[in-house]
Amino acid sequence: MSQFRLEKNNDARAVPRRIALIRREAPARLLEGREEVRMAAPHLLVREVILIQICVVVLAVASLLFDAPLEGIADPSNTPNPAKAPWYFLGLQELLHYFPPIVAGVLLPALAIIGVVVIPYFRINVEAVGFYERPWRRSLAILGAVTAPVSVLLVAYRVWAVLVPTLLIFSLLALPAVPRCPGAWRRRLSRVPLSDWIMTWFVAVASILTLIGIFFRGPGWTWTWPWRDGIF
Amino acid sequence: MDVLRALTENRLWRSVVRHGVRGTNRNRVMLVMENIFLHLHSAKVRRRSLEISSTYYLGGISLTLFAILTITGLMLMLYYHPSVPQAYDDMKELQFVVSNGVFLRNMHRWAAHAMVLAVFFHMLRVFYHKAYRPPREFNWVVGVVLLLLTLLLSYTGYLLPWDQLAFWGVSVGTNMVKAMPVLGPAFRFLLLGGNIVGENALLRFYVLHCVFLPLALVLGVAVHLWRVRKDGGIAGSSGLRRADAGKIP
Ligand code: HEM
Repeated sequence: MSQFRLEKNNDARAVPRRIALIRREAPARLLEGREEVRMAAPHLLVREVILIQICVVVLAVASLLFDAPLEGIADPSNTPNPAKAPWYFLGLQELLHYFPPIVAGVLLPALAIIGVVVIPYFRINVEAVGFYERPWRRSLAILGAVTAPVSVLLVAYRVWAVLVPTLLIFSLLALPAVPRCPGAWRRRLSRVPLSDWIMTWFVAVASILTLIGIFFRGPGWTWTWPWRDGIF
Repeated sequence: MDVLRALTENRLWRSVVRHGVRGTNRNRVMLVMENIFLHLHSAKVRRRSLEISSTYYLGGISLTLFAILTITGLMLMLYYHPSVPQAYDDMKELQFVVSNGVFLRNMHRWAAHAMVLAVFFHMLRVFYHKAYRPPREFNWVVGVVLLLLTLLLSYTGYLLPWDQLAFWGVSVGTNMVKAMPVLGPAFRFLLLGGNIVGENALLRFYVLHCVFLPLALVLGVAVHLWRVRKDGGIAGSSGLRRADAGKIP
């Protein structure tokens, strides 16, 4: 095998295939460096200009079609029923309907923010390995052991709006563990990493609570149907 | 082409823009590197990161909406007084007196809602692409601060029209602050400049909305975009399902 030689050379043309030894803590960009590149001018800049134009046009059309709401002047002695916060806080306001203010207004939002901040510092997030692509029985048991008491709590407080997505997403997560699970589903689901399951659960719960707050709550925060009673 | 050359090949033009307009790679690099704004880009970008599915342009959309909000916001400031009841009267002026006043207000309002959505979806994009992984973890934290600033900007702006919607929306929200243990009531007092949502609250929200929070957001975005570059350009979806996933860092 005389055609193989070990040599130290930095010229890519002379030695097209090389081995790079990279320390574990080396930044990932070292690994990405050799991809195909384009000039930022014009390729990126043109796309940015088009993007700005689309944004301006879409907003201008929306502004011609729909007017921003304006009600009567603020009157502290005349409380509207219901009094709603802006839409992006209605998920929280909906939670306030189930739990005491210290839990719904302080504890849960604080937990959510802390949870989001620490995401990149946790191993399960940094690894993009599917839940079933490594030993999973113990993890699944732990997850079940967490979900069960949480569900009981949700039933006790009658928070169906959180209970339903929680159970649904846990069932989807656990589906590949069921022997009768169809192959296509198993292939698809078992590749989803745990971090994605958790985030999807969070987004599902937050969106459902927000949508309920926007469309399904009327006077006294009672349940209303938007198509029958209108939107409050 | 001759006109273009005459315009760009004289001392005045060259004192501002130091490179020519011919489509050479050198000029293309110079265009980006010699311009303080464009310099946030690197001269070359990965082909893959230009594809829509790498970012869905959500960061860019957030930034564009913020620019639109700044421009329309400055124009609205020309017609607005943060006092009771003048603030509400100014809304009526926009409606009936100012040319295109309603259009201006609509632009600002809808862009604000859209920005909350865009920033949130941008965060989801980054999350599901695993684009927060080292070395980008700090930029994710900067991003979370930007999300909170965006929400606060939208929320403080919500009070300014001083109509029923504004007043009660903000009352509901600031009552939640009260639930915070120990610091809650004091913090609410500080925020409102009193115990009720009144004239002082309007002034404080106005200053927060028009000066403090936008400045903070501009600073934050500057750090954010700087870090995107320093962390090696956008990751896009490259963090997903590589052979070596799980081994990096
Ligand atoms: C005012 C709000 C924000 C603006 C204007 C903004 C702007 C941008 C832009 C223009 C990019 C370049 C690539 C892209 O478009 O995806 C980017 C990337 C990034 N953003 Fe944001 N962003 C904002 C909020 C956030 C939030 C809330 C997060 C997460 C919590 C975040 C995390 C990141 C990360 C980690 C990257 C790098 C992604 C990659 O390398 O693929 N940003 N941002």
